[in-house]
Amino acid sequence: MPMAAEEIETLIRQAIPDALVEITDLAGDGDHYAARVVAESFRGVSRVMRTRRVYDALGGRMGGELHALQLTTAVPD
Amino acid sequence: MSDVNGRIDEIVKGNDVVLFMKGSALFPQCGFSSRAVQILDHLGVAFETVDVLQDAEIRQAIKAYSDWPTIPQLYVKGEFVGGSDIMMEMYEDGELQQLLRDKQVGTA
Repeated sequence: MPMAAEEIETLIRQAIPDALVEITDLAGDGDHYAARVVAESFRGVSRVMRTRRVYDALGGRMGGELHALQLTTAVPD
Repeated sequence: MSDVNGRIDEIVKGNDVVLFMKGSALFPQCGFSSRAVQILDHLGVAFETVDVLQDAEIRQAIKAYSDWPTIPQLYVKGEFVGGSDIMMEMYEDGELQQLLRDKQVGTA
C-alpha cells in the first residue's frame, strides 16, 4: 500500500515538531515522493543524522512500504 | 559478529570507495542507485560496487550494519557517507570532492 503525502508529513512533524515539510508527489502515483525537511533543530547535525531522524520518524516504513522517497534536509536561512 | 557482518566488514574496509547498490555500475536496477553511480563516475573516482540483488544476505544485513534502511549506501575508507540524496547534496556543495581529497582517494 502506498502512503499518502499527508501521512508522511504528519509523521515527520510529530517527531520533529519544528520541521517545515514540503512533499512532492514525483510521479503522481502516490508512491514516488520527494520530501524537503527544514528544521532549526538540524543545525549542527550531520546530514546522516538528520536523515536518520526523518527515517526514524517514518517508523520503519523507509525501504519497505515507502520505497521511493527522495529526501533533502536543511536548516532555515 | 555473524558471518555476514564479517563479510560486510571486509568489503567496507578492503575498498577505498564502495557502493552497495541495486544492479551493477553498468546496469543499475534502481533510479537511486543509478544516480549514485553517475555521481561517482562524474567525479572520476575508482569504486567497487556490491549488487545487493545478487546477495540476499548482504541486502538484509547492510541495513543494520549501517543503521540505514535504504540502498544505495556509500562507504569511503570504511566510513559510511550516506545514500544517493546525501551524495547529491554533498556533491553540489563540493563536500564529496573534499571528502575524497581528505581521505586521499585517488581520482582516475
